[in-house]
Amino acid sequence: MIRKQIDRLKKPFAKGSKFERFAPAVNAFDTFLFVPNHTTKKGAHIRDAVDLKRTMVTVIIALIPALIYGIYNTGYQYYIQTGETFTFLDAFLHGSFKILPMIAVSYGVGLAIEFAFAVYRGHEVNEGYLVTGLLIPMIMPVDIPLWMVGLSVAFAVFIAKEAFGGTGMNILNPALTARAFAFFAYPTYMSGNKVWVSEASNVDGISGETILGSLASGVSVDYSMFEMFSGAIPGSIAETSTLWVLVGAAILIFTGVGSWRIMLGGVIGAAIMGYLFNLWGANTLMQFDWYSHLIVGGFAFGIVFMATDPVSAAQTVRGKWIYGILVGILCILIRVFNPAYPEGVMLAILLMNVFAPTIDHYVVQSNVNRRLKRKQHSTTVQTA
Amino acid sequence: MSIDIKIRKGLNLCLKGAAPNILKTAPASTNYAINPTDFHGVFPKLVCKEGTFVQAGQPLFFSKYQESVQFVSPVSGTVKEIKRGAKRKVLEIVISADKKQQSVKHKLPALDKITPEQVKELLLASGNWPFIKQRPYDIVADPNATPKAIFISALATAPLSAQFDVILEGQQDAFQTGIDILSKLSPNLHLSVGAQESSQIAETKNCTIHRVKGPHPAGNVGVQIHHIDPINASETVWVVGAEDVANIGRFFQTGVFDASRTLAVVGHPLSTPCYFKSKVGASLAPILEDVGAENLANLRVINGDVLTGTATSSAGYVGYYNNTVSVLPEGDRYRMFGWLPFAGPNIHSISNTSLSWLFPKRQYTPDTNLNGEERALVVTGEMERVFPMDIYPMQLLKACMANDIEKMEQLGIYEVAPEDFALIDYANSSKIEAQAIIRDALDLMYKEVG
Repeated sequence: MIRKQIDRLKKPFAKGSKFERFAPAVNAFDTFLFVPNHTTKKGAHIRDAVDLKRTMVTVIIALIPALIYGIYNTGYQYYIQTGETFTFLDAFLHGSFKILPMIAVSYGVGLAIEFAFAVYRGHEVNEGYLVTGLLIPMIMPVDIPLWMVGLSVAFAVFIAKEAFGGTGMNILNPALTARAFAFFAYPTYMSGNKVWVSEASNVDGISGETILGSLASGVSVDYSMFEMFSGAIPGSIAETSTLWVLVGAAILIFTGVGSWRIMLGGVIGAAIMGYLFNLWGANTLMQFDWYSHLIVGGFAFGIVFMATDPVSAAQTVRGKWIYGILVGILCILIRVFNPAYPEGVMLAILLMNVFAPTIDHYVVQSNVNRRLKRKQHSTTVQTA
Repeated sequence: MSIDIKIRKGLNLCLKGAAPNILKTAPASTNYAINPTDFHGVFPKLVCKEGTFVQAGQPLFFSKYQESVQFVSPVSGTVKEIKRGAKRKVLEIVISADKKQQSVKHKLPALDKITPEQVKELLLASGNWPFIKQRPYDIVADPNATPKAIFISALATAPLSAQFDVILEGQQDAFQTGIDILSKLSPNLHLSVGAQESSQIAETKNCTIHRVKGPHPAGNVGVQIHHIDPINASETVWVVGAEDVANIGRFFQTGVFDASRTLAVVGHPLSTPCYFKSKVGASLAPILEDVGAENLANLRVINGDVLTGTATSSAGYVGYYNNTVSVLPEGDRYRMFGWLPFAGPNIHSISNTSLSWLFPKRQYTPDTNLNGEERALVVTGEMERVFPMDIYPMQLLKACMANDIEKMEQLGIYEVAPEDFALIDYANSSKIEAQAIIRDALDLMYKEVG
């Protein structure tokens, strides 16, 4: 029934028809409803059930716990500051009112550009942006104006992704590029103590610094370990709750969609670096317990959802370990040594994105060298 | 003495419709056909015309660029039709078989005193040469080359594929003769058998026996070569199918070309999958009727296993190299929201985004649906899971797509054949055609490097 209707609607977009060029845009919607009837034409005659759409949707499912908690926490931080009494629903509605428009803008702008490029290049729309489009609002401060979200998205999709050839070709993680763009273009909206709690910039009584921000300015924090772990702290929308990020991590690792090697490598790197700084202990950030470093700020969210982006991360097994560990080390290094960027994970991942191809190059080169050596060995045996 | 090889990466696909170990004689076929496209890279020069009479073992065509390589008729009869495709490319040479079979008989020297040159000459003249293929490039062997070794795999791990203990049942004597003959061409003769192989094949003499253990593609001769004696640049190895070793052996016993094919006709749409004793080029129609392939309209008949075979039709003919004929239902249907994680538990997946990991023993009934659409390469690590070689498959594929010859060489293109990438075809979520990419890359290498 529905199938027949769709086939009828798609007729003007068929090969040789008037709107053939726009077929990718229509197909994108169609394939959302139905797995297409394409059969294998060459190569293996049977195929695995997994496709890119399923993979990407799995990431979205993994993001949802953190997103829901982030929506709740937005309202929670607001009501705690204003001192009003509130219910769970109040907090949730307040957060939804703030965050859903951001998600809508992110998807609207990003998908429009993706569709336009698919039509222009004549390939199907890739599903990668489904994840990016959700990630971008999740790592922004809650009070950022919507037009800044839109502009960051446009920058990220144009410059970080399509300029390099589209999905699968980008060097940098697009979502982090969007955040970095906003961070450097509109620093007053992305840092300080007036952006992390809903309405803080409008209501005088409200303010809230992130833990790392406080530490960077030499103020010690009075949040308990449990608050830091559960996420009842100010911060970017969905990054605060290590607990729910870990639920997402469990989904990613179990389904095999996210690389556990990168995640574990990152934790190991950050823990070692944090421990070394604990031993040194020259300022408040260095004295901050190494295990607390793992649960505050965007580290958990970044290492689980951003560092594991398969396109911008290292692609070889050994490369993933090296990449993960270096992300962890760099993250703590940036946090401790650069008070201007108390949140080190964004820059650490972007930096390692740039180095990932180099890491892979050396890992692959060792394989190449092994092959060359084998050949030299066999030639010497033959001549001898 | 045997040497053990353990393969860890890979995938044993458990499908419904395997053939029980019952061997039947195939129903008589009136028409036989040789399909020159079975011999990749061979440009056929015909020596027969429609209407001419040919004996079994008489040349039908030879290779334009290697004139000594002859391709002969499997039966005696009249050339009924020469089917051509675009640009007059020869697709099929159909021979209608006579009731009384006549064969070209070759004079054989004493086998214990035979020289390598005599072996080569006889193989070429009798039409047995195309049974020998070469790596790199996965093409019919160049008779002028000197191989560093010859490899034979008597282990079938591809889904539903014919098992060699059934295929070689009763042919052990011819098999041993074939091994003795081939050992004249290269002293390094390697025969791989399954780790549990208990039949007489495991006691073959005059060759090194390797016991191979592990999931598919452990049976692929390319994987075995990689673990036994990998191919370096400018080296050549030859590979021969196990039943073709017996065919060669029979020729050296009788002097008559004998292209026997033991076929496993398999697939879940069939009511009675079965093994058949047949011949290369036999018509598939009577065999398919025998196994109960009803409603042939929406089925796909495949010469070969479901991962590497070539699609043919119920009017097709037994391919030159395959011991398996697979039948699958076509999958030209839509599945609403089929992309949702955990949807469609009847479709197997190696990814944990499907529930199929819950049922490791389940026999699946796949169709030919692509289960998605081609996308950019995004996910990493999934190819490596099914590729048991010390090669980076995704990096190699990318080099192939970019036609970067130097990089392909560095990354090990000489060691692979398209069939080694069949599981990557199957498992990758971007639905890229890895086998086709490797085939094109090998053709390019052959043209540029030789």
